[in-house]
Parts: sequence; structure tokens; C-alpha cells
Amino acid sequence: MNEPTRFIANGRAVAVADDPATPLLDVLRNTLAITGPRYGCGQELCGACMVLVDGTPSYACTRELWSVAGRTVTTVEGLAGHAVIAALLAEQAGQCGYCLSGIAVSAAALLASNAEPSRTAIAAALEPHLCRCGSQPRVLRAVARAAAALKAPAA
Amino acid sequence: MIPNALPKSLADNPMLDRWLHFRPDGRLRVAVGKVEIGQGITTALAQIAADELDVPLARIDMLSGDTEQAPDEGSTSSSQSIEVGGASLRLACAEVRALFVAEAARALNCPPDALAIAHGAITRAGRPTGQSYWTLAPRVALHVAATGAVAPKPRAAHAVIGRSIARRDLPAKLAGGGFVHDIQLPGMRHARVLRQPRPDARLARLDEAALRKAAGGPLDILRRGDFVALVADSETVARRAAIAATTLAVWDGLTPLAPEMAEAGWLRSQPSDDRTAGPPPAAHSGLLRHQASYSRPYIAHAALGPSCAVAWLQGGQLTLWSHVQGVYILRQALAEVLHLDAGAITVHHAHGAGCYGHNGADDAALDAAVIATLLPGTPIRLLWQREDEFGFEPLGSAMSIRLEATLGPDGLPADLLSEIWSAPHVGNTRAGANLLATRALPNPPPAIASNESSNPDPGAGTRNAAPYYAIPEHRLLHHFIPRGPVRTSSLRGLGALPNVFALECFLDELAAFSHTDPLDYRLAMLPDPRARAVLSRAAEMAGWARRGPSGSGTGLGLGFSRYKNRAGYAAVVAEVVVEREVRVARVWCAADAGLVINPDGLINQLEGGIVQAASWVLKEQVAFEAAGIASRNWDSYPILRFSEIPEIRTELLDPGDQPPLGVGECTMGPTAGAIGNAVAHALGARIRDMPFTRERILAAIG
Repeated sequence: MNEPTRFIANGRAVAVADDPATPLLDVLRNTLAITGPRYGCGQELCGACMVLVDGTPSYACTRELWSVAGRTVTTVEGLAGHAVIAALLAEQAGQCGYCLSGIAVSAAALLASNAEPSRTAIAAALEPHLCRCGSQPRVLRAVARAAAALKAPAA
Repeated sequence: MIPNALPKSLADNPMLDRWLHFRPDGRLRVAVGKVEIGQGITTALAQIAADELDVPLARIDMLSGDTEQAPDEGSTSSSQSIEVGGASLRLACAEVRALFVAEAARALNCPPDALAIAHGAITRAGRPTGQSYWTLAPRVALHVAATGAVAPKPRAAHAVIGRSIARRDLPAKLAGGGFVHDIQLPGMRHARVLRQPRPDARLARLDEAALRKAAGGPLDILRRGDFVALVADSETVARRAAIAATTLAVWDGLTPLAPEMAEAGWLRSQPSDDRTAGPPPAAHSGLLRHQASYSRPYIAHAALGPSCAVAWLQGGQLTLWSHVQGVYILRQALAEVLHLDAGAITVHHAHGAGCYGHNGADDAALDAAVIATLLPGTPIRLLWQREDEFGFEPLGSAMSIRLEATLGPDGLPADLLSEIWSAPHVGNTRAGANLLATRALPNPPPAIASNESSNPDPGAGTRNAAPYYAIPEHRLLHHFIPRGPVRTSSLRGLGALPNVFALECFLDELAAFSHTDPLDYRLAMLPDPRARAVLSRAAEMAGWARRGPSGSGTGLGLGFSRYKNRAGYAAVVAEVVVEREVRVARVWCAADAGLVINPDGLINQLEGGIVQAASWVLKEQVAFEAAGIASRNWDSYPILRFSEIPEIRTELLDPGDQPPLGVGECTMGPTAGAIGNAVAHALGARIRDMPFTRERILAAIG
């Protein structure tokens, strides 16, 4: 039996007994039932599996479990109530929605470091993400909207 | 009213209780056969039901795509879900409403026209009567056939139709769930399939010991003929096995592909079934004749999430969750292949990634079903690897198109000849015999050839090949190649994008001969006022009048079509900048979809089509190598990325009281035409073959 790997998943301390070489994506989806990160390509080419590790976007499909020991992992589930989710819904910025959980975490990471990103800056931050349905114009608007919402004084 | 007058979905499923069920818990379940594939259909259909019945949206539950409880509406395709499915639901709701009002009138001893319905409750002179759909439901028999005799509400009475209601499914998808991929069942195991690299390949050798070692955990290797399933409790183990198996398997009988077969022009050398329609061109001696050829290569549906299905055989009953476009069509195919009674199979639609046509969904469903029958009692989650999705999904066919026209004395075309070379876009592609696992199992039945028609109405390879413009004579030559080098099937718009691209580019070329502005040239042969309206409006939005001389490196081009020559109208203007590559900077679109159910959802579809069409035109081509499809991941099959997304402005024109028109595909052809024409304007030279690569830019300006 492996020594459990401990990390923080969406604010909750977890100890996972999986083989430390298990892809983080499988640990999240199958061991922890956190299904927001999605398998898309397995090669860091589409962004569907994106999660935040200590706040930085990271591909869960290639990242192995051991590498998140002691770190914090945030998935789209951990963004419940975040301005990015509200803005994506307000703009109806999706069609099939398969890409959105990855896009949401990258957008949240962008807004944490850049409160007023330009359209170009938003596009650059989302460049690792593919959307096949063509919802990108709405996603770009939604992230700008989330930035504005975060800047507005709390009601 | 005769049953034939009912829209197809209602004629096929006339019993009203198949559509609507007022449940004892005070909710209304609306069951439909058209399924959610990212187009927002379940939201739009809920709006239709809410309006027709005067039931609040919040009290409606949608069930879509279910062989036990929902109507059989065939496949969700071809922009038919609102036109046919919506019209059917609307009529069913109107009729059910009338039955309830009649019953309420009896109960309240008053004439039916003294009653109204608000928020699901029966009112009289604006006051509650104590009756509602739910109080009356036990007394109203809905197990009766629709007659079509009750007219739906007039447009002026719509309160929910025409409003931008938020999608019902997106909140779950932004909370980590919502897809077939996310289903977890007790004892569920994970499966992958080792695929025949080419049709009819025979598995000569598979080193199972090496495979188990590579998998790194307990693995079941299930083999039936050349069908090999890899099943494990751990998805990690199943995936490792799948990756290793492709290199460990040795196959015989590979019919190789060659890189040049991936080019559309290769089809011209292939044996074809030639069909012609329309009169031969008349002799117009002495006038200018022009001809040009255009092409699109093979395109992948390239769903962002690979195909997936969950199957479970329990006590002889097979239950399947799949993201197919047609649950009943799949059930029939499964019954054929598995030698089961269709009644022993239940298919539930579950959401997948956007498919844009017939992709690997049906094949993955059969994979899962075969494995489930080999492991009775165990729920099986079958997922394709990304490389499987690109390697084995049916592709959108390459097309080569030659157009030829004679210009009359007025500078307008006096005739048009459209010559098309294409492999199938439709036709028995979902038959059980044609699914991938069937071909690998022992003693496969003969594959069924496509029965694709050449009639351009509504057309498959010939879709939109007949001009919507008033051109006096049109002749069509369709070189139908029933067996192309790879499996092909329906992809968004079928032949419409290549055909509209070719015609719209060709019209700009003819306009240049006539020294006429492309907009004026089109308007001179477009009698339909709705067509003229979208074209004029898109040009106005784009500031068409500012369009300067060609060759500046920046270009403005336009494209128009009415999808299938009878669905939604769209005109698109594209602004491009051509440097090392083509960049689409801005796009303006005007569309007319008749009655709009959900304007925001509709614009989402129009704009999604613009982005996807831009991606096809600028970037996409499936590559072949001897061993099969060479482009197996996003690095070798790039699509448009965020930094390349144009700014898009879209307007919906209101044509007055007109029926709804399908729009899922209507912007794609016009976008392709607009980009083709904008690039020609930017360069002063034309690129006629997709995709518009760096090499083709250089060749054009040569």
C-alpha cells in the first residue's frame, strides 16, 4: 500500500492512496469524484483537464499525483460562487460546455493577477484552451464581465 | 385534418401522452426525441411548451432522447429540431391545452371560451377557478392521437417564445457534471478498445504479457474476432493498456492509405456513379465563359471530448447511455448486431461534447454494448482515446467542385454548370453493419453502401449546389464516389459549405469580369426580399461602401446563402488581414430565421458556425499515411484558437409572421464564401482550395 498523498482539493484536505504516478486527472475524477476536469487529449493540447495547482493553471492529464503533495488543487467545482462562473452563465458563453471547466479555472487565475485584462490579454491567457463549438467570442466577453464584477465595490 | 398534414415527428408519434405528462407532484414532464448537442434545443423546446400551455418554465422538466419514455424523432440533425420537432411539440401542446380547457368547462359548467389559463391554472374572467392542469389531469385522457385540428397560439400571444431564456443545462456543466463521461455506477469498470487500424485488418499477434506489464495493474483482455477490449477497474490501467496495445498489436491485411488520397482532387480519378440534372448548357456563342475549380479536404468533427458510452447488461436487459443523435436508430443498430430484441435494449441520451454531425458516438456505443454483453452484470464505461477519435470517427467528405458559367449581355450569368466530386455525406452510415465493432466481430454482415441521393433539395453532397440566385439555367453533374478511401458521414451542413464557398467565390469572379461591385452583382439576381434584406444589412453593418481597391493586404468579402435553399438566411461580411497567414479580424452577419424561439441561443448558433467555418477554411485538413489517419491529435489537426477569434457582430432580421427556420448550419457556407472573397480582395489573387495555408498564399501571389 502506498503512503497516502495529501493535498488540498477545493479547500478540503484529502489523503489519496493511489499510486503516486497516477495522473492527477484520474485521481480527481475517479478517486475523489471531482469530475469538472475533463479528458480531452491526454497531451496538454486542449486544456479540457486544466486545474489550478497553488493558483497556477496546470494540465491534470499529464501531471502525476505525487507532484501535488502538500499543494492546493482547485477545479471548476472550487469556483462555485466565483465571478467567472456567474459571468460565463450571464453571457451564456458555451454551447456543449465540455471546454468550460478548464477555461473557467484559467480565467480565474488570470483575474487573480490582472484585474483589468484587455481582450488580447484574455485571449492570451486562454490560448491553451480549445473550444470546438465556437463560443470563444462569448467567453472573451464573459471574462471581461467577470473582471468588471470583481472590481465593482461589493454591494 | 389528415395525419399526413402533421409534422413528421407528431405523425410518427401521435399519442399525446408520449409528449406530455402532468405529474402528481405538480410538474410537467415534456418528452422529446430531439437531443441536446450543445445547440440549446431542450431550452427552446421548453419555451415552446411553456407558451403553448401557459405553464411556467420553472415547472417544466425536459426528457430528451429516451427509448422508454420519449417519442421517436429519428436523428437530431440537419437543422430540423425547431422546424419539425418544435412544430410537432407546439401542435401537441395546443391540442392538450384544448382538451384540458374542455374538461374544465365541463367541470365548471361554462363554455370553454369563458376560460383562460395562467401559470398552469384555469381562470375565468381573470379569477382562479380552483382548477389547474394538475387537478384535471386524472380526468383528461392523453392517450389519444393528435389530430392537428387545434391551431397553436398566434405570434402576438407569445410570452416566452422570442425571449432569451438561459440554457437549462449549462449550470450543471459549470459545476463539474452534466456529461455521459461523468456517469458513475456501482462496480463500474473502465474500458478501451484496440481498434483495427484499417477496415478488414486482421489481428495477427498481440503480446498479452507485454500488454499486461505496460498496463501496470489488473487487466482483462477480451477478444472476439478482431475486436479487442481492454477492461480494468482503474481507468489509469485501461488507458495505459490502450496506449501500449496500439504498438504491441501486429495486423495483417492492411489496405494502405497514401498522403495524396487526402487531397480533394484525388477524388476526380476515382470510379464514380455519375448523376446529372438540369438541361445541358445552351450555346451562347460569342459571350464570355468562365470556369473555376474549388475544393475542401476531409474534415474531422473533432469533438472536444472523445466519444464515450456507458453500458450495463442486467438480466438480459441492456441499458445504454450515449451521446448519439438518435437513440432509436442506435437501438435498432444494436439489436441487429447483438442479435437482441429491440425491446431488450434501452438507450438513454446523455450529453456529450458537441458533435456537429455523425461522429464516433454510435461506434463507441456499440463498443460499450459489446463489452457489456461479454461481462454481464458489470457496468462498463467505454471511452475513446483522443487518437481514436481522430483516427476512427467518420469524416466529412472531401469535395472537388468545378463551376462554369456564361455571362449574358447584362453581365449576369445566363447559365451555371456545377460539377461535384464527393464521397458520401449520408446514407445508411449508422446501420449496424457499418459500425466499427461490427466489422471487427466474427462473421460480419456485408457493409451497406450509401444510398445518397443527388437531388439538391435538400441534398447531401449536392446541398446548396443549386443557386438560390435567379440564374436562368442550372445543370448539375454529381460524380458520386460511393466508396472513398476513408469512412465518411454527415458533418455540419454536409456539402453546403463547399458548395456555397465555390458559388460565392465564383460570383465574385464573375462580378469582376462585369466590373460590378459584388454586392450589387448579387442583388441584381436575388428576387427574394428576405435574401436581399440580409445581404443589404450585413453590407451596411460592415460599412461595405468603404471597400477600396484590391491588393492592399486587407480585404473585405461577402457571402450569402439560404441554407438548403429553404431554411435560415444568412449573409456574412468578413474582414481579413493577410500577412504570413490569413487572420480574420472582424465578421458581420445578418440572418433571418423566421420566428425566433430564443434569440440569444440562436445568435450563439450563428456565431459558433462562423467560428467553426473560419477554422475549417483557414486551418483544417485530415492527413493520411499508409497506416491510416495521420492527424491524430490537436498538434497535427490544429483548429482556431482564442487569439485567432474574430470580433463578430450579428443581427437578426424580423421578417414578420413567418414560421421558424433551422439555423444550426446556415452561417457556415456564407462565412467560407466571405473569407474566400475577402482574401482575394486582400491579395488581388484568389485561393480556391481549403485550407488557406501559408503555401497557398505564396502560390496565389506567386
